[in-house]
Formats: sequence, structure tokens, C-alpha cells
Amino acid sequence: MRLELGNIFIKDLQFGPETKVEKGILYVNKEELLKEVSGDEKVKSIDFDIVHPGDSARIIPVKDVIEPRVKVEGKGGIFPGFISKVDTVGSGRTNVLKGAAVVTTGKIVGFQEGIIDMSGEGAKYTPFSKTHNLVITCEVNDDVKQHEHEEAIRMIGLKAAAYLGKAGKDVQPDEVKTYETLPLLEQVKKYPNLPKVVYVYMLQSQGLLHDTYVYGVDAKKIIPTFIYPTEVFDGAILSGNCVSACDKNPTYVHLNHPIIEDLYDRDGKDINFLGCVITNENVYLADKERSSNCTAKLVEFLGADAAIISEEGFGNPDADLVMNCNKIEEKGIKTVLVTDEYAGRDGASQSLADSTPKGNAVVTAGNANELVVLKAMDKVIGHPEAANIIAGGYSGSLRPDGSIEAELQVITGCTSEVGFNYLSAKGF
Amino acid sequence: MMKVVHYINQFFGQIGGEEKADITPQLHEGVVGPGMALKNAFKGEADIVATIICGDSYFAEHQEEATKTILDMIKKYNPDVFVAGPAFNAGRYGTACGAVCKAVKEALNIPVVTGMYIENPGVDLYKKDAYIVLTKNSAVGMREAVPKMAKLALKLAKGEPMGSPQEEGYIPRGIRKNYIADERGSKRAVDMLVKKVNGEKFETEFEMPSFDRVAPNPPVKDITKAKIALVTSGGIVPKGNPDRIESSSASKFGKYDIDGVYDLTEATYETAHGGYDPTYANADADRVLPVDVLRDLEKEGKIGSLHRYYYATVGNGTAVASAKKFGAAIAKELIADGVDAVILTST
Repeated sequence: MRLELGNIFIKDLQFGPETKVEKGILYVNKEELLKEVSGDEKVKSIDFDIVHPGDSARIIPVKDVIEPRVKVEGKGGIFPGFISKVDTVGSGRTNVLKGAAVVTTGKIVGFQEGIIDMSGEGAKYTPFSKTHNLVITCEVNDDVKQHEHEEAIRMIGLKAAAYLGKAGKDVQPDEVKTYETLPLLEQVKKYPNLPKVVYVYMLQSQGLLHDTYVYGVDAKKIIPTFIYPTEVFDGAILSGNCVSACDKNPTYVHLNHPIIEDLYDRDGKDINFLGCVITNENVYLADKERSSNCTAKLVEFLGADAAIISEEGFGNPDADLVMNCNKIEEKGIKTVLVTDEYAGRDGASQSLADSTPKGNAVVTAGNANELVVLKAMDKVIGHPEAANIIAGGYSGSLRPDGSIEAELQVITGCTSEVGFNYLSAKGF
Repeated sequence: MMKVVHYINQFFGQIGGEEKADITPQLHEGVVGPGMALKNAFKGEADIVATIICGDSYFAEHQEEATKTILDMIKKYNPDVFVAGPAFNAGRYGTACGAVCKAVKEALNIPVVTGMYIENPGVDLYKKDAYIVLTKNSAVGMREAVPKMAKLALKLAKGEPMGSPQEEGYIPRGIRKNYIADERGSKRAVDMLVKKVNGEKFETEFEMPSFDRVAPNPPVKDITKAKIALVTSGGIVPKGNPDRIESSSASKFGKYDIDGVYDLTEATYETAHGGYDPTYANADADRVLPVDVLRDLEKEGKIGSLHRYYYATVGNGTAVASAKKFGAAIAKELIADGVDAVILTST
């Protein structure tokens, strides 16, 4: 499977009479966008804002971040199973509005939504302070249940990103990157002397409001399976939003999967990248056993010499991470784990809920419990009082002057366990 | 010039060996014993203004009192940094160095440094509270340990930022601190993977703690013939706690004769454990250490016999290193006494 990603560099984002990309500026026709995303009777109001890197602006509580993309050539469309039909995606050409993002906010759904600051201390910790963000504030009717609330906002975000993406359909990209994975036997033959590597992509699936979707299917219901890495670049996997902000994978991160990108970068040089095994993080022990057994079996079957395993979330899924590590290492396949830590505010507590001596190669995305103070911003989009209840905040997190003291956990994408960010931790 | 107070035990204080281990804290102006090497290593930047010597047994048995006396002695010198040991692999000495360091840090807010061998029980107990320089297991390692301790002490006294354990030579305290790395996490993961798969050296960013998982033994073949012993970390001791097992961070275990004992009563037994509500254990210690039930089973012929001695310690906040040591010592005695099976009770 071969996919070209045509990156159109977006330097600015503005409202305008026509939705289009011109000289690196993405113009958005508000009315047309509203028409495109509205229609759900559960939704009471939809508002749009634009924020730029460096602005004195805060978005809270952030549900998801999505990158506008459009399919230019090849099968299917963006977000198969939701926006497009469930064709297998990941081949042909996809154009990307690189530098722009859709951010969804509105009254809190659960406890696990985040903060994006566009400047100041908080901006250092989130990758989404560097993008031009179209912010959608979406409020639902009072009688709407939590999971319906989440679904309504998720769909609005996806629709908006797909709509904006279309503006890049006929634009000449600034750069084109090509990614290719051959059918297994051919891929093995292509670089016969390089170590064969599989990526084990763990998807958050701890229960209601802890969901990830694969071609429209709730990942709780999947059996671990193989996917071509390029499938994710077209939105085959997307976020169900409500997991701790710091270490869930927003849809943007699935689309720009950094481990997949960096494995491709070394493919044919140091490694032979065979593809991805996706698995879930269900809460029942039998499910954990079944999924980790299947994952290890599949990694072995693919003939891997080594695997990167990434976790999503913390606590309960630490057990899945450890099971995957043990079972894959027991087959003689070398592993590197990517996780983050919950070592307490003072960094002195045990970081993970489970452990294995086989996990001797671990990349950490940092201690999510460390405290941070986020200064007051001129503009706050959403509901600042959510700071007192989101995971990582506490009663009193929002101070009278508008500043926020909370754990890094509240910052969207801060301790990304697929390594999308630069934060890490050391032992002292 | 910066001021240092130094703590050592009776042996390094040149007072005597085990026979002098019960001496109370003594204060000496200036340098004693290994303090000379330490002073030299400060190269004129700091001076040891006083040395405190205390017997290891005295400290272990009178920790609260000894700590108070030692703190009073240190206070009047108002030192810039406090140094204890190095204790190498001496268990009671290491524990004393750690405990004094912790108290000095907490009560006087003075930075502290000590030195120990990795297996010293003081390491597990106090590595979070003090910078412990890694030493060899005996005083042979003095020459190597002293300059590292001196360097660390000067750094702390000056308030300079502390480097990583690898850079500075101290035992990792298990404190995790965030930093912004040069490469994103995914790139670091791929780099680590390439190294690992090629058999090259790589450095994990997080050491997974090793949980000691013990596989259960096979079942006892014939329980009606088996000699069974009771061992508890629930702190059940004869009334009055004759061995003075600590209510927390136990430094020892006790061995008690229950020949002819058929029931543990409020008048005869109690718990030394400080980590749970003792009301029910004190009212009837059989609830934690089921002697009464085992006597019944013994009488009914359902077990062979109850071992004449039971063992007890306090599990509350006790270092894994200490617990391991107790366990090994108890197991050795039980095997020598021909015990077939053990009932372990915890609280």
C-alpha cells in the first residue's frame, strides 16, 4: 500500500467570504461551515473562533483536535466509517492542511478533557499551541446523555475537519511525502538483511467514554489485527475523546502518528518496517489475556525481530502494556515500550501500576502529576471553571485572577504516549 | 568557609567495636577518624566544625531519644551541610546515618549526605530522604567514597543544582523530574529500538521496578503429619513487647516460645504494629496469629503439630531489604527445626 501525503503549509487562518486556501492562508466561510456541521437536534448552539500561536488565548475543556485532510486520489475518503464509506483507505494521494487544526470545546462531557494555551508556560507543553486553530464551541440540550453528548461533538469536529480539508483538494502541495508498505512477503524480501519491526498500537478502550474507533467500530470489540501504517494517515483510527487529556491520542495525533512516521523514516536504512498490529485495553482480565495473546501471536506470525509497543492512558492499561511486553519478549522478540508516568506531584511515588523486568527499554513521556501554573489569558474559549473538575485539576485550580494551578495531566497532548511531544522524565 | 558537622559510629569514632555499641551520643569539636579524609577532600572550601559519635546499638534501641540529642548538638553549629558515615554495608550504622540525615533535613532544613553500599538496609529506608553516595561494601572503599561525598556536600552547601545519579555518584532516590528532551518521544523510541535489536548499548528512560513474585510451593503431601509454624508481620508479641519491635520500619523480628500456650489472651499478648487499629488484635491476638485454632486442629489430629516457636515482625513501612533479610533468617531456622509448612499472616 502506497500513500502520498501532500502537505499544504498553512501560515494563517481567517474567516472570509469563501472557504479556500490561497498563498498559504486558509479562509473559512463561517455560514457554510455552520451549515455543514449543524443538523443534530441534540445540539443547542455552535460557535466558531480562531486562535493563533502566540495569542493570549486558552481553550478549555478541549475534547478533540483534528487535522483537515482530503483524499485526492485512491480509494475511499477521510474518516472511513464516519464521514466516508468504509472503504479501505491508505493508498493514493491525500492532501493535508499542515499547520491548521479543528479544536472542539463546550460544556464538559466527562472529567477527562483538556486545556490548550496558545502562549505562556502552558503553550510549551502542548503541541497544539503551534497550530492555527479553528475552535468550535458546541453546547447540547440539557437532557442529552453523556455518551450522546460526546458523539454529537465528535461528529461536528470530524465534519468540520473534512469540510476544511476539501479546500485543499485542488491546491498544489508545498511538499509531497511518500510512504509505502508492501504485502508482507514482498516487504520482507525488499530489505532481507534488516531487522524486521512491527508497531504494536494500543488503543484506549477502557469503557464508556473511553473509546477509540477503527473504521467506525468501537475498539473494545476488535480482536487484535494487522493494519497498513498508511491507513491511519487517512483517519482509519480516531479518538472517542474522553480520556485524560495529557496522554490520550487526539484524532490529530492518530492522523500524524509519530511512531509510524519515525519508523518509516528508518525503513530501508536501519530496519524493515512491516506494519502495525492494533490492539485494545479492555478492563476485564479475560479480555486483557485474549488481546495480549492475540497480539503476541500476530507479532510472531509476522516474523518480527523487534516491536515498539505504545500505551494509551494509564493505571489499568499499564497491565495491558506489561502483558504485551512479557508475551512478545517471551517469543524472543525485542520490545521498546512507550508510556508516561504518574509518580505523584513530588515525583517520589511509583510511576506505573504494573511492572516487568522484561520491560528494560522504556521511553517515558514524563510525569503527568507535576504541577504547573498557567497564567490568566485575555481570551478564554469554553468554560474555565472546568479546570476545577477535569482530571489533573482540583477544587480551587481556577484562581480568582483567572490563572490555573493544576497537574500537567490537564494539558492536551502533554505526555503523549506515542511520543508526539518532547517531554520526558529523569530519576534523581 | 562553610561549616560541616559529621556523624560517625563508635567504631569509626575510635571508641571501640561491638562492646562499645551502646554508647550515648558524644560531641567532639573538630575532626575525628574518617573526618580527616573528608576535611582534606573539601580542599579548604569547608571545615568540619564538630563530630558526633553514637553507638549503633544505642541508636537502634533509642532512636527517638538519640535523634533528639543529636539534633540539639548539631543545631548550635548551624552547619551549611551535614555528612554522615560512610556506613558501607554496616546495617545498623547505615540505618542510623539515614535516620539522622532524615531528621536533620526535616527538623533543621540543612542539606544532608551519607554513603552506603547498595545492599545496606539504610538505602531502601532513606534513599528518598538523603543523597546516599554509592560505596563499596567495606571500609576498603573509604578512599573512593570520601571525595564523592565531599563533592556532593559542597554542591549542596552552595545550593548548586544537583546532577543525575549517574553524574554525581549517588544512589537514585526514585524522584522523577520532568525535562524537555531534544527529540520527540517517538524518535527516541525508534532510536532505542534500533540499538536494542542490534545488540548495542541503550539506556532506558525509566527503570521498571522489580516486583518480587514468589511462586507458591506445591501442596503439603500429608497435612495430618506436618509440623506447622506460624509467622506473622502483624506484630503479635508477648505483652510488653520484650524485644521492642518498632511499630513502624521494624529493624528486627522476634521468636517466641508457645509451648503450652493454647490461647492468646488480652492479658498475655498484644500487637506492636502501628499501621492498623490494634483494638481487635489486642483483645484477642488469635485473630492475627491463630494459635487457638491450630491447637484445636492439633488435638483433632488434623495437623501433625504446631511448631514450638512463632516468629513475628511488624510489616508497617518496613523496607523490603529488611523484610527479605528477616524472611531468609526465619526460613533457615524453620528448616533446621524440621518444620514442614508455614502459615504466614499479615494485616
